[in-house]
Amino acid sequence: MNLPIRPILVALRRHKAGTVLIALQIALTLAIVCNALFIIHARLANLSEASGVDEPNVFVIKNQWAAERPTAQVDAQVQADLLALRQLPAVRDAAPASGYPLQGGGWDNLVTLTPDQTHPITDSAVYTSDEHFIDTLGARLVAGRNFRPDEVMVMGTQQSITPPTVIVTRALADKLFPGGHALGKSFYAMGTTPSTIVGIVDPLHRQGVSQWNKAYAGQALIWPLRADDARGIFYIVRAKPGQLAAAMREAPKALYAQSRMRIIDPKDGVQDYAAIRHKVYDSDRGMAILMGIICAVLLAITAAGIVGLTSFWVGQRRKQIGVRRALGARQRDILAYFLTENFLISAAGVLLGVVLAVAFNLWTVTRFELDRMSLAYVGVGVLVLLLLGQGATFAPALRASRVSPVEATRSV
Amino acid sequence: MFAYYMELALRSLKRSPGLTTLMVLAIGFGVAASMTSWSVFRAVSGDPIPWKSAKLFVPQIDNWGSNGRSSDGEPPNAMDYADAMALMRQHRAKLQSAMYQISPSIVPAEASRHPVNVGGHAVYGEFFPMLDVPFKYGSGWSASDDANRAQVVVIGSKLNQKLFGGANSVGRSVNIEGHDYRVVGVLDHWNPQPRYYDVVNSGGFNSQSDDVFLPFQTAIQANIQNDGNTNCYAVPKEPGFVGLQHSECVWIAFMVELDDAAAVSAYRSYLDGYAKEQQQAGRFGWAPNNRLRDLPAWLDNQHVVPSDTKVSLLVALGLLLVCLVNTIGLLLAKFLRRSGEIGVRRALGAPRRAIYLQFLTEAGMVGAAGGVLGLLLTCAGVASVGWVMPKDIASLARLDVSLLVLTLLVAVLATMLAGLYPTWRASRVQPAWQLKSN
Repeated sequence: MNLPIRPILVALRRHKAGTVLIALQIALTLAIVCNALFIIHARLANLSEASGVDEPNVFVIKNQWAAERPTAQVDAQVQADLLALRQLPAVRDAAPASGYPLQGGGWDNLVTLTPDQTHPITDSAVYTSDEHFIDTLGARLVAGRNFRPDEVMVMGTQQSITPPTVIVTRALADKLFPGGHALGKSFYAMGTTPSTIVGIVDPLHRQGVSQWNKAYAGQALIWPLRADDARGIFYIVRAKPGQLAAAMREAPKALYAQSRMRIIDPKDGVQDYAAIRHKVYDSDRGMAILMGIICAVLLAITAAGIVGLTSFWVGQRRKQIGVRRALGARQRDILAYFLTENFLISAAGVLLGVVLAVAFNLWTVTRFELDRMSLAYVGVGVLVLLLLGQGATFAPALRASRVSPVEATRSV
Repeated sequence: MFAYYMELALRSLKRSPGLTTLMVLAIGFGVAASMTSWSVFRAVSGDPIPWKSAKLFVPQIDNWGSNGRSSDGEPPNAMDYADAMALMRQHRAKLQSAMYQISPSIVPAEASRHPVNVGGHAVYGEFFPMLDVPFKYGSGWSASDDANRAQVVVIGSKLNQKLFGGANSVGRSVNIEGHDYRVVGVLDHWNPQPRYYDVVNSGGFNSQSDDVFLPFQTAIQANIQNDGNTNCYAVPKEPGFVGLQHSECVWIAFMVELDDAAAVSAYRSYLDGYAKEQQQAGRFGWAPNNRLRDLPAWLDNQHVVPSDTKVSLLVALGLLLVCLVNTIGLLLAKFLRRSGEIGVRRALGAPRRAIYLQFLTEAGMVGAAGGVLGLLLTCAGVASVGWVMPKDIASLARLDVSLLVLTLLVAVLATMLAGLYPTWRASRVQPAWQLKSN
């Protein structure tokens, strides 16, 4: 088909303002939509990060002690509590912890290969628990072995103990020993003595999900330490399949039966992983929804704007359309004319939009520490806006194509 | 004449309901999105203590050296125990307080009730006058109470409600972590956002107010642990809370009041002198690297306004811009479609000014209608901001008269601005040409 591009350009020169406005609107829309899509995608990717936890069956109890006691007494209470939890009919296993995956932040240590290394290799999240930790979380041990009960040490408040054994995540193992033979190797995590890797789990999320944590994604270590902090402790509990609700009801009761000198917040002292995930990704989900709404409104307004302006042009040119029709132009020639016209304007707008989109992204990279946008988002945005333009033009163009040749003879 | 233009505008808007609706919708959504984001942004970026923020300063001392600094050379954002205590002892500012976050349990008098956990801070007596903390009953404690490690406590209004039914509880006693403390003051509602006196631990915003304030040294003596962040460059050599106090770990917030520029520069050179002393004593192996920022600069440095909030506001303003470009286009179409009418009016003697007034009135009416829609959508937006923003921040977004007035104003002004170019085009219509062609 031979598209009449030259006459369209000549005609557009008579509608400079309208043309420029539509192109500008498309450019701005493209710039915003690309960046919004990019933010949405990044946030959704966060939401679907694997925790390594058997989430449907695991919950966490935040247990605070009501009075200050010596470490030995706290430890006796913790052991009694764990025994009581593990004996509940709905419970499969329970473990003590100083933090848990997706907690939202917590303990992390710098990691070195020698004790006097000044520049640490990386940063690792630190979990402390006993030999029940891996089974309780439902994490997968991919190499080596679990802790033995006799390896678990007791750690008091603000005490720092470096156990001789450690289980690390695959991500940390690969970071420290890229060769893949991490098992049996040792490293230092801000202590004076080394820890030897006896097992590797994969995957296991860190406590934090913030931008800062991204650089160390999945890097975590587990030390065989029962952290008997005077302030409190987390109990991680894994229910038998399908018995989560029952276990969550029974567990606090069982603990209070052990001792009343504790505080388990009735509101959020016991949380299942659905709640934990919901809370930690609160702002990510919110941003994705917000950007989604803004994209939808933006595209709707731009489409409506194109429909409005094209309709106006069609109305203005009824007489000329009539003349063309009378001179032999077919309906689809008229249709093609308006669609091509829109395509030319959109293409100009899209070109400007790509520049704006990339510039805006680069600015946010420096200003807000966001990541750099992949050009794929720009590609998708361009496609969406070109299609949107064609779609929005179609109805008015169709109406134009139905203008009868008789119109040529009428004077408005 | 204005009434006549209103009537003309109304008639014209009725003539093309589709186009009118489209413009009103665009402006309504654009304005509502911007105003909703603005309500959140203004809530989180506001000055929490505007009458005094320029006099409040946060000192930072580099006790870690170059290896512990972040890439931009900043010293730690909190203080270790030794430095905080030295600064308190030497007392060079008008008012000052070291503070750390606590979360002690309160054991109710009746044995049947569960202990409760409350948030608070261990602070010095000067904390209360320095931050103009409002008291409902009683007051803070004195410097001698600080020195004598008095067993006194200031409680928040919420805790007072819970423990004493809201009555004047000054002189009564509260059991905290197994020890009795005498209430010397009850705060009026006070939960500044951001929690500027300890942004490092609150992350800036916290919907739970601080409910208990203990004298710093009393809390240290009672072994009430730090419940906030502890950052260590090296592991403490001794265990326990005492080990933390002997370490270079940072966990203490610090604030001073300095009333004029001379006091600020004096304090700055005092800090440098202190660091030099430490260097000479062999504790610091590096030149002084201190900071002394006033409160607004400190809040900015600590990124208290979440970048999500800024990005949302930017994107929403972008949406408003697109809506305005859209409105320019539609108004242009609408006005030029009436070239015939304009021609007749001009031919009958209407000056250009009249055309201007007529069409700007029409644009203003579209803006007003968009503004009313924008108002409704902003109300809905502010009410549902909790869906898309973290709770602690969403709860700060408020609908007030100034926001509503701003919404209407932005809608009307923006639309009239958008109407300027179409109006100018309309005023250039040549009457002769129009009359001839019709």
